[in-house]
Amino acid sequence: MTLAPQPLDSNLIAEASPKLTPPAVPLNPAEPLIFEASRDGRRAAAQMPVDSIAVHLPPQLRRKTPPALPQVSELQALRHFTRLSKLNFSIDTHFYPLGSCTMKYNPRACNTLAMLPQFLGRHPLAPESHSQGFLACFYELQEMLRDVTGMAAVSLTPMAGAQGEFAGVAMIRAYHRARNDLARTEILVPDAAHGTNPATATMLGMTVREIPTDAQGDVDLDKLAAAVGPQTAGIMLTNPSTLGVFERNIAKIAKLVHEAGGLLYYDGANLNAILGEVRPGDMGFDVIHMNLHKTFSTPHGGGGPGAGAVGVSERLRPFMPIPVVDKAGDTYRWLDERDLPQTIGRLSAFMGNAGVLLRAYIYARLLGREGMHRVAEFATLNANYLQARLRQRGFDLAFPSRLASHEFIVTLKRQKQALDLTATDIAKRLLDYGFHAPTIYFPLLVPECLLIEPSETEDKDTLDSFVEALCAIWDEAKRDIAYIKGAPYLMPVRRLDDVRAARQLDIRWLPTSA
Amino acid sequence: MPFIPHTEADVSEMLAAIGAPNIDALFGEIPAELRCKGLSQVPERISEMEIARLMHSRAAQDGQLLNFIGAGAYEHHIPAAVWEITTRGEFYSAYTPYQAEASQGTLQLLYEYQSMMCALTGMDVSNASMYDGASALAEALLMAVRANSASDTRKILMPATVHPLYRAAVHAITEAQGLEQIPLAYDPKSGSTLAGQLAQYVGQGITAVVIPQPNFFGVLEDVDTLTDWAHANGALVVAVVNPVSLALLKPPGEWGTTGADIVCGEGQPLGAPLASGGPYFGFLTAKQQFVRQMPGRIVGRTLDLEGKPGFTLTLQAREQHIRRSKATSNICTNQGLLVTAATIHMSLLGPEGLSRVAAHSIANTAALVAKLATIPGVDVVFSGDRFHEAVIRLPQPVAPVLANLAQRGILGGYDLQRDYPELGQAVLICATETKLADDIDRYVSALTAALN
Repeated sequence: MTLAPQPLDSNLIAEASPKLTPPAVPLNPAEPLIFEASRDGRRAAAQMPVDSIAVHLPPQLRRKTPPALPQVSELQALRHFTRLSKLNFSIDTHFYPLGSCTMKYNPRACNTLAMLPQFLGRHPLAPESHSQGFLACFYELQEMLRDVTGMAAVSLTPMAGAQGEFAGVAMIRAYHRARNDLARTEILVPDAAHGTNPATATMLGMTVREIPTDAQGDVDLDKLAAAVGPQTAGIMLTNPSTLGVFERNIAKIAKLVHEAGGLLYYDGANLNAILGEVRPGDMGFDVIHMNLHKTFSTPHGGGGPGAGAVGVSERLRPFMPIPVVDKAGDTYRWLDERDLPQTIGRLSAFMGNAGVLLRAYIYARLLGREGMHRVAEFATLNANYLQARLRQRGFDLAFPSRLASHEFIVTLKRQKQALDLTATDIAKRLLDYGFHAPTIYFPLLVPECLLIEPSETEDKDTLDSFVEALCAIWDEAKRDIAYIKGAPYLMPVRRLDDVRAARQLDIRWLPTSA
Repeated sequence: MPFIPHTEADVSEMLAAIGAPNIDALFGEIPAELRCKGLSQVPERISEMEIARLMHSRAAQDGQLLNFIGAGAYEHHIPAAVWEITTRGEFYSAYTPYQAEASQGTLQLLYEYQSMMCALTGMDVSNASMYDGASALAEALLMAVRANSASDTRKILMPATVHPLYRAAVHAITEAQGLEQIPLAYDPKSGSTLAGQLAQYVGQGITAVVIPQPNFFGVLEDVDTLTDWAHANGALVVAVVNPVSLALLKPPGEWGTTGADIVCGEGQPLGAPLASGGPYFGFLTAKQQFVRQMPGRIVGRTLDLEGKPGFTLTLQAREQHIRRSKATSNICTNQGLLVTAATIHMSLLGPEGLSRVAAHSIANTAALVAKLATIPGVDVVFSGDRFHEAVIRLPQPVAPVLANLAQRGILGGYDLQRDYPELGQAVLICATETKLADDIDRYVSALTAALN
């Protein structure tokens, strides 16, 4: 198979008139800022109350000059933002094998049905009497998540993975304090952990201690045994780990930490790898968060929203974040601090990202019991297939003796030494070939790494094309490394100057900067 | 299986390439005794047609009531184009724009968003969003603690007129770092924070003063006096504001002599539907000198290899994936899609549209209050100038009256008896620009009937 770099929107070539010269790359040119289309007095008149009315406000509290929002027509706005959308890669348009991010297909039904008018129109403080249909979805979602994770109870309210982590560590803290075990202020994290783990521990006033990884990618048990003690509040683990392998010693780790009086926190970033196959509760975890925007396929939205539901073992149930949905007879109701007086409290004004939770509920019902297993099976099959194919073509794996989970790591250490071909170079050139880059330079302990997660919704042909693209780029680098260092060539912009961005800070448009 | 494209032939070829006998062998590193024995609480799968039937019936079960609740979530008209564009797959199914060259659409939109929020709040810098208004206030206070190096008390003056659910979330999020909320009382006549009580905090090294505008009761605060007191006493000012109100009200950047320092709030009124409380988004803006203390993502404009302008995430050394335990916050995923909606919403409304929405909301609430005040036994509680909410007192216990109104298809307001027992049988009501004169009349006659 031969593969050539693809322009961002190849349809435009096919549709271009033969009389016209094919447009010079990039095909989607930069779009001016919307402020540049703004003219005083121009309006999208259909979008505002017809009458301009005067209202009483004290003069000292009034605004003197109108805010510098754009003044454009409805069509101008529509065209501007539609054009901007075309400058993006997305799951709907491109293969997006970002490791640790689970970029799988977001079924459209989940969006359509979560946006039914009654759901969108429901006020968060509407009475339970008029919320039974909505609450039923949440209760059933709690029950399904409880089952697939093996935990005793679930609270849906955290709004992202990091807030789920916050809730989890806050519950660990509350548990120790309730037992008057006040010396437990240290959180252990493996050196391969997501940055959110140590950052979360800090937000809760904990100190962080890193535990090294051994050569096989497992937590170093001797170092862990030496680290635990009466100061240990708990350990935060991702399993499969961020190294793309299953932590085989999890039972021993659980025993070590529990015997020292600490609790185990499960970072659910990689739950997609084990859904229905092995449950965090059965592994010995006391508290977990799930990234519903990963495993349960709610959209990433260009950075969010997510949903970071937490599951707890029986001993942490009293500390769950509120609100939680309960069922008595046939009636659903909210539990709040009157029902859970030891709760860690409320993490948002209302109940978190309700619309995201509805999407996750719909997705879970579409998958069903068997589908849960299939997700993990085919995510793992795709990752191991891609790993095998890349190994056959000469790429080095970070952990060649291990099975991949739903993701795996290629290290470009050899290519860096021989050709000065870096992970960034490959990532940027992949964009020209029409593939989003894998996660690069994470985890930090593997040099020049690509963390590749294909997800279960990608077909074999796409995976094969991706392998060919990586091989083609390696070949290109052998012939002309300088060319690869200039990539990308077919994006709306060439490689961007991040240093300049930080040093000459330009983070807002001003009328004078036009 | 849903959404899995593999044929049997694919699976055979793939297993052969791997050298595995079957898919189950790929899980061979998981200790056998840990493997899941089966799920009991997940039902068998249903088709899209069936889940559509179920969701339509559950949505219909809850119905659509005529809504007069605000209390932090406000019903506004959202142009059809907003969510048509926002749910385009290119925005909806993109990830965080870490590969900037393949994410210029999202990045430029975020830059435009940051510019609009700076314009609205009168600040110099904005981040690319927080989770919601309540958690944004908590992060703003943690930021104030870092930014106000002259104060080490971590004492926050927190008016009782700040949304009670915000104060609860602030406590949950900041308590472990030792922030102390000191409540400020309100004037029972006007409903605004009493400036006179501030004298007792002189010399106490207060870290920050929170100023809500409008406050939870819908009443306008004396923001200039509060701001100047804070600055005279070495405290930073953290404003928590309704963004729609800022089309008409003085932006926090112009409060007092030198303006607020950090501004935050709930972005929901800018294009996010009520949707049971989320997803919404929190906004956070600040003066230039505090930019390195901000939590969350920030987009900057820079140049590419050819000198063309382009956009990229910047100042990432503040963030958890770089700084780990020393980051300004643990936030990673934010509310990007809601910011997409808000940016389109603000572009469609413009300064004139947003000010008309604000003015009609003020006028509708004023009209509703005037009519309710004619019902025997119903009182208007506060005399202060208002934005688009008001507190009324009923001659009967609130809960049964609201339940009665709900049976008549009306959400009559937010019961204040639990959070503000001193106000008696009080209800917080709101009528935005979405309420027609007939709607207001319907509420007035329904309440009249419910009280009889």
